[in-house]
Amino acid sequence: MIVTISASSLKNGRWTDYLARFVLGGIVTVLAGWIGSKFGPEVGGLFLAFPALLCASATMIEKDEIRRKRKLGSGGRRRGREAAALDAAGAALGSLGLMAFAFVFYLASPNLPLAFAAAFLSWMLVSITAWWSWRHLRKT
Amino acid sequence: MEYVARFFIGGIVVSVFAFLGEILRPKSFAGLLGAVPSVALCTLALTTIWQGAEEAKVQSFSMIWGAIALLVYCVFVFVILWKFKINALLLTFAGLGVWLAIAFGFHMLSGVME
Repeated sequence: MIVTISASSLKNGRWTDYLARFVLGGIVTVLAGWIGSKFGPEVGGLFLAFPALLCASATMIEKDEIRRKRKLGSGGRRRGREAAALDAAGAALGSLGLMAFAFVFYLASPNLPLAFAAAFLSWMLVSITAWWSWRHLRKT
Repeated sequence: MEYVARFFIGGIVVSVFAFLGEILRPKSFAGLLGAVPSVALCTLALTTIWQGAEEAKVQSFSMIWGAIALLVYCVFVFVILWKFKINALLLTFAGLGVWLAIAFGFHMLSGVME
């Protein structure tokens, strides 16, 4: 399956959802920095993979799907749960990429521009490969 | 000042990836962006600027344990949501206990091994 862009999904989104993500992203970044300075970089580093954003996105996806289905006249609770579950499955594959990101950054960190570029590329490569393999395995 | 910068930079980067997650299909691919290193990118960059490269390197090593915990957490959420009639908000928050236990378990284990 080819990855596509669906601009129509933006019509279902509300500005409060975008604001909530902005505020949550800001709070999580502040907290990660605060925990690092208060309890040391070893503990702070753990929170660079804290799933706060996933909590928000899974919940919003479930609510959006229920709202969309209700407009069409059906309950939509099951579809909402399934959509949130699929989001979590995608994030599980993305977390493999996150491991690669952290490992590559650690290895390349004496050279910081290289570390950031290589780590981000490795996240993309591992995540997309994991996603593609998962789709392929589900079909067979 | 440092925390204000962290708030705005973190908020903007997270919003950009959330927007991408919103428009990309299929949903499982968009879900990859649920584990995008947006907070890590901001935090490691700002840690490098304010605390130095060595501290960012230590953080990135610990992040590996956090990412393993994230993998377990995501699989846990996926399986429970798919099989049981449970509210996503309740499950994703209750599941944070799983993430904390595994992340700190690995962290303590790595400390013992050192």
